[in-house]
Amino acid sequence: MTDTPNQTAASGAIPGDGQGRFALLNARLVDPASNYDGPGGVVVEDGVIRDRGAHVTDDAVSGQPSLDCSGWVLAPGLIDARVFVGEPGAEHRETLASASAAAAAGGVTTIVVMPDTDPVIDDMALVDFLIRRARDTALVHVEPCAALTNGLQGREMTEIGLLKKAGAIAFTDGRNTIADTLLMRRILAYARDFDALVMHHTQDPYLSAAGVMHEGEFASRIGLPGIPPAAETIVLDRDVRLLELTRTRYHAAQISCAEALKTIAAAKEKGLPVTAGVSINHLTLNENDVGTYRTFCKLSPPLRSEDDRLAMVEGLADGRIDVIVSNHDPQDVTDKRQPFEMAADGAVGVETMLVAALRLYHGGAMDLLPLLRPMTEGPAKLLGLDRGQLTQGARADIVLFDPDAPWVLDRDDLKSLAKNTPFDESLFQGRVMRTFVSGKTVYAYREKSAA
Amino acid sequence: MALPSEHAYTFRHRHLIGIEALTRFDIQHLLERADLAVALSRQVEKKSAALRGRTLINLFFEASTRTQSSFELAGKRLGADVMNMSVGASSLKKGETLLDTAITLNAMRPDIIVVRHHAAGAVSLLARKVDCAVVNAGDGAHEHPTQALLDALTIKRAKGRIERLTVTICGDIRHSRVARSNIILLNKMDARVRVVGPSTLLPAGIERFGVEVFTDFRAALEGADVVMMLRLQRERMNGSFVPSMREYFHFFGLDEAALACANPDALVMHPGPMNRGVEIVSAVADGPQSAIREQVEMGVAVRMAVLEALAEQFPSTIPA
Repeated sequence: MTDTPNQTAASGAIPGDGQGRFALLNARLVDPASNYDGPGGVVVEDGVIRDRGAHVTDDAVSGQPSLDCSGWVLAPGLIDARVFVGEPGAEHRETLASASAAAAAGGVTTIVVMPDTDPVIDDMALVDFLIRRARDTALVHVEPCAALTNGLQGREMTEIGLLKKAGAIAFTDGRNTIADTLLMRRILAYARDFDALVMHHTQDPYLSAAGVMHEGEFASRIGLPGIPPAAETIVLDRDVRLLELTRTRYHAAQISCAEALKTIAAAKEKGLPVTAGVSINHLTLNENDVGTYRTFCKLSPPLRSEDDRLAMVEGLADGRIDVIVSNHDPQDVTDKRQPFEMAADGAVGVETMLVAALRLYHGGAMDLLPLLRPMTEGPAKLLGLDRGQLTQGARADIVLFDPDAPWVLDRDDLKSLAKNTPFDESLFQGRVMRTFVSGKTVYAYREKSAA
Repeated sequence: MALPSEHAYTFRHRHLIGIEALTRFDIQHLLERADLAVALSRQVEKKSAALRGRTLINLFFEASTRTQSSFELAGKRLGADVMNMSVGASSLKKGETLLDTAITLNAMRPDIIVVRHHAAGAVSLLARKVDCAVVNAGDGAHEHPTQALLDALTIKRAKGRIERLTVTICGDIRHSRVARSNIILLNKMDARVRVVGPSTLLPAGIERFGVEVFTDFRAALEGADVVMMLRLQRERMNGSFVPSMREYFHFFGLDEAALACANPDALVMHPGPMNRGVEIVSAVADGPQSAIREQVEMGVAVRMAVLEALAEQFPSTIPA
């Protein structure tokens, strides 16, 4: 790709530190919160959106520093509600700094980090530590989740009230499922008193104990033990039954199969405060991507059948699914370069969530508004954040992307310390050009020098 | 002690299993009797002869210091012979059933058995198998009638009345027989009852007990005339029902700031034994609004009143 006028402008016409006033012009504004998809611009002053809409044009802001965004989409910065980081305890996999750099490069301006660190985030002091550490080292907003049970052991509930006061945005046992139904009931009842959000990974640990991929013909042919969709629906159905008793704010962190959608839809119909997320991987990949034992496609929940994937896309389009997450899960090479059954679960994804999602747009499955909503307004509502929108007075968390630019991912270019992406050498159409957090440029695309 | 003659009322219960079975008049009657027992207990000569020649057995399947000694003292002040049996250590371990124990004790011809048992309903089961009067000193999470009566006496003596007072019961409502008996009694006496605790410590259907249900401590204390704290067992604060002691204290501990939400002359009560620094701070427990020591004194008096009222029903001749 050659230099475009856009990129020349991007290199200096507007203040990178977010101070003062500048304008982003001639873009296609896509703001799910106000249901607006059309031409326009945004005026940013001191990190806050001052004005936005079709009337923000060259003439209207003449004389101010501005960036010509012709051909690009301007959208609220994305919120990724499920990011695993290795800090504290496994900084070789990912730090808050490296995860936030990856997020910025992917147009993600808020990451919600999981508590399964070492030590586990199950104490007020650790929530406080994460908030301070993020403030000092991270490029994007970091919102910490706290554990639901001490040490993620699934035995005693954590100090949900005090942890929430300390700043935990939600409660989850990360990749663990709480198997003890009585404990889960008590946690939900207790969390309800504090209006705490419970995010649960719904996979029955007994039914899935031996499994490593989606149960079915393909797994059987390549000789791998399977995880049936029932492992997911059993826990989800159970949780919904409990929610009828407690009416706690509950989010199924990632659903992966068509049957689970029915449970979610039925729960919503009953008026229960239930939401559901889906990972970008389950929207864009299926069990066949495991191919010849590609461990980078070993995930939890496992990549499902193509029918399940299509159901996920449909659930997203009709609003049964509220949130798309990257389920960014950096793993060290040594944990991935293993026989499939022994390899760790997980894939990095915060950096590629948006561009991978654009596959659904280019494939005709969804328009940009409904596609961006579960990465902006959806998670903002879920988490109670006043972000993910281009409203006047909102923080200027903004992503600019070229929806059409074609490119091939080289995993060595990823900002994440870990490179376990299932999209290595994949062709993408769409590229993040610039990311702002509170008006400050935290990422600007630069052409790789032809070295 | 004799009651004034204008009381054309007779207490007609053979046992005291729960507040549920009592009428408002029964309760008033017991409280009036108890007032006289307070006066008696404050004299140098504390003894009456109401139960002279009678035998009282304290049968405790669950450890207790306070209630057991209170009943023992009440029995002795009324002139009864009192025998204490702590069963946890002996028969239970040998595998004797509750009913076998009851039949054995019955053969010793007691007049009153005071029973505490860890299982709800155990006391009324036992009452059906013996010939004497039975007083429930606490059965599981069911009832603890003498505690509710002593609480009522404490409130009445401090406030002059019970009706229309707002009473907030705080803490482990789910497992508390004290809370259940108090809710029933206070409703019969037309008090306004509130309960507050984390949802994990509220029993299902509590909103139909005639109480206002809160999970926000301070909101529940707003305008309260009486703040009744309950004991929270430590084993319930380890992540099962409540995450930790410090979290419980933070949200449900009665300190001076929380108490300031209640009426300025609100009475602070606790059935004991207290977990200081968990459900209540010392400054409040020992402060000017605390009636916790009075409760203990009223406990003896109320139990005297109950034993005496039951004894008046005893047949004057012994069946063969």
